Amino acid sequence: MNAANPTASGDLAREEIPLSKRGPASTRIVVGFGFWLFLLSDIVIFATLFAAYAVLSGQTAGGPAGIELFDRSHVLIETSCLLASSFTCGLCLLASERRNRAATYLWAAVTFLLGASFIALELTEFVRLTNAGDGPTRSAFLSAFFSLVGTHGLHVTLGLGWLLVMMAQVATLGFLPMVKRRLYCFALFWHALDIVWIGVFTIVYLGAR
Amino acid sequence: MLGKLNWAAFPLDQPIPLAASVFVVASIAAVLLLISIKGWWPYLWREWITSVDHKRIGIMYTLLALVMLLRGFIDAIMMRAQLAIAAGGAQGYLPPEHYNQIFSAHGTIMIFFVAMPFVIGLMNVVLPLQLGVRDVAFPVLNSVSFWLTAAGALLVNLSLVIGEFARTGWLAYPPLSELAYSPGVGVDYYLWALQISGVGSLLTGINFTTTILKLRAPGLGYFQMPIFCWTALASSLLIVAAFPILTATFAMLLLDRYVGFHFFTNDLGGNAMMYVNLIWAWGHPEVYILILPAFGVFSEVIATFSGKPLFGYRSMVIATLAICMLSFMVWLHHFFTMGAGADVNSFFGIMTMIIAVPTGVKVFNWLFTLYGGRIRFNVPLLWALGFMVTFVIGGMTGVLMAVPPADFVLHNSLFLVAHFHNVIIGGVLFGAFAGYTYWFPKAFGFTLDERLGKAAFWCWFIGFYLAFMPLYALGLMGATRRMQHYSDSNWQPLMLVALGGAIVLLAGITLMILQLVVSIRSRERRRDLSGDPWDGRTLEWSTSSPPPPWNFAVLPHVDGVDAYWEMKRGGSDFSGVKAKPRHEAITMPRRSAIGFVTAFFAVVLGFALVWHIWWMALAGLGGIAGTVLTHAWRVDGEIAIPARTIAAFEQAQKKSRAER
Repeated sequence: MNAANPTASGDLAREEIPLSKRGPASTRIVVGFGFWLFLLSDIVIFATLFAAYAVLSGQTAGGPAGIELFDRSHVLIETSCLLASSFTCGLCLLASERRNRAATYLWAAVTFLLGASFIALELTEFVRLTNAGDGPTRSAFLSAFFSLVGTHGLHVTLGLGWLLVMMAQVATLGFLPMVKRRLYCFALFWHALDIVWIGVFTIVYLGAR
Repeated sequence: MLGKLNWAAFPLDQPIPLAASVFVVASIAAVLLLISIKGWWPYLWREWITSVDHKRIGIMYTLLALVMLLRGFIDAIMMRAQLAIAAGGAQGYLPPEHYNQIFSAHGTIMIFFVAMPFVIGLMNVVLPLQLGVRDVAFPVLNSVSFWLTAAGALLVNLSLVIGEFARTGWLAYPPLSELAYSPGVGVDYYLWALQISGVGSLLTGINFTTTILKLRAPGLGYFQMPIFCWTALASSLLIVAAFPILTATFAMLLLDRYVGFHFFTNDLGGNAMMYVNLIWAWGHPEVYILILPAFGVFSEVIATFSGKPLFGYRSMVIATLAICMLSFMVWLHHFFTMGAGADVNSFFGIMTMIIAVPTGVKVFNWLFTLYGGRIRFNVPLLWALGFMVTFVIGGMTGVLMAVPPADFVLHNSLFLVAHFHNVIIGGVLFGAFAGYTYWFPKAFGFTLDERLGKAAFWCWFIGFYLAFMPLYALGLMGATRRMQHYSDSNWQPLMLVALGGAIVLLAGITLMILQLVVSIRSRERRRDLSGDPWDGRTLEWSTSSPPPPWNFAVLPHVDGVDAYWEMKRGGSDFSGVKAKPRHEAITMPRRSAIGFVTAFFAVVLGFALVWHIWWMALAGLGGIAGTVLTHAWRVDGEIAIPARTIAAFEQAQKKSRAER
């Protein structure tokens, strides 16, 4: 702040007013802020499921425990797909900032493929467990496991649908401010799912006993 | 094809539910017929159903709350009548399975479809006006929220006609609510109705938090906000943090019931007490979601009708936020009898006593605001005074039950029932009624009849004490809650007094309906042309009554708390700007049907899931997805109101004020 030597008197007035008193924020800020709040509420849903998992993880009812069921190398590949997709999602957002359609589509496609691979790997694991008789109805532990991991998977699946819709919006509407705001929200959503997954990977898979 | 649905779902052989169903269906049909005959549909569709104006949405929320209050009250008076006669060997007129549905429906409706929409309705009408802005952060989402709440209310009432409601109490504790012990559709109605309306509440919380934190008039910093805005902020934050817990918990119970998971079952490792913990991790903050905005209303009302600034503004803000934080640390006091041990119980007992401290701060602030004030005993202030007396009593019985050994005696007794009615009627409902009377002229442009309002207040006040003080005594005598009959005839006299109280409350409700009818009929006489009928202090009174769709032609500039009071004292123009402002065109959000259409498909989805009609569930889900996608491609979401229209409106306003 260079209040002693302002370039224009308007700048001086603006700098003296605290941020909280400058009147209504712009739509971009408002939408981003609202979406952050939504993400926080979503994370509370996951927190509840994590809590339930923590309570029930020992309740195997004579069935198998996590350590006997999970294939960590499988999950590691799965995790890599999701983390990589977060990086490419960032590249997609940067491309859209530059209004570069080709790059936006390209990185969106890569993000979609990585996300879809993640889902495919997760489903493989679910099918393997269920076929072996270790489905969610086997024990309270498995109910909690399938619900926590499945809710995350459901989020990723919805995210994939959202990504497709966003590309259709870019194709039909172009980079309208509205479309760019939504892309920004999508990117936030996608990164948040990464963060949740890191919790899942650590607590459920690495912490399996 | 129709899942579990068949003719047995209709209560053709049970006279009381049948009569109730016929009454409900007939009254809905009558209302729809009247609208059709009068040709009001286009008007209703354009101006209300598809409206995204926060004032209209707030009014619809309040109307929903008032209608559901009647439904919930009928349940209440039926229970009181049953208990007044079912003493000794008598069984009364309600069989146990019906009685159980009635108390479950009563609690569910009163909390989720009366208290919540009432409080949210008031916030909707008032918040943007107090913040000096033109609408909430997400106006279309606001409409979606309202219609999802209405969809939940519809599903609960549908259970009266088709099928049954839960017999599990208003929080549906497992294992009773599990499929093994509640194989009917009642619990499913409960769960899907609350899941749908819960989404609406969550979206409201996000919307209002964003509005308060990001959309305020220039100069309106945090410590210039009226207390009602602060309490609404605390309440909205609690919604964002607590409602997802409810959603996740209900989702777990649904998984148990629909696909055989074992979260809360008795077998294969399920843990029913986990449900009780989770539901109260939502449930206790929920109590404050409801009461904090009521505290806000009382703060506004007491300051206005004392003609004084609120005493201890900053301590009020701090107390509000302290309650907001502490509300997440007391949930276990709802079930000290779980057996968590002395250490855990003492912690939660002490926390519960601590949370009473900021509430006490508030009570003293209100008292000191009244002290030395120029008090006007209008109806809103009567509600506030009635609240202060009643709520302090309710608070003290609460602190009494916060002592774990005492709670072991009082748990699940009528003493508890008396306590929470004491704080919810005396706190939330009185607050809602105070706000309703206080802001009615702002919303509609004419005041409510004072004489009938006072009569209604006294009926509610006296009726409350008659109905619930006996329950404290009965609780101490050993009467438990949720009993359909009792063998000890010594309880009957007090039960009869409680029924008498319920009848006085009925008189209060009747007087309120009468007040509304009389006031509407004489509205020309009671027009509020000034926009400021109570000599108010905050910005909502600076605009006309009712405000134009854009609220403020020019956004006001705020310098301190009680912004409008200062403007009036400083003799400045009501808009706080120079006498002849140059009006500019204003962009406002365009009306949208997405809320109504989404809620329609949500009802289809909920109904289909209750009855296991899977194709219909898919149709409902597809309908919601299609609606959202259609909305995503809407590019003309805003409409510009020309400067000419605004200038003409302002001119007319000035004229009517000058003539006064």
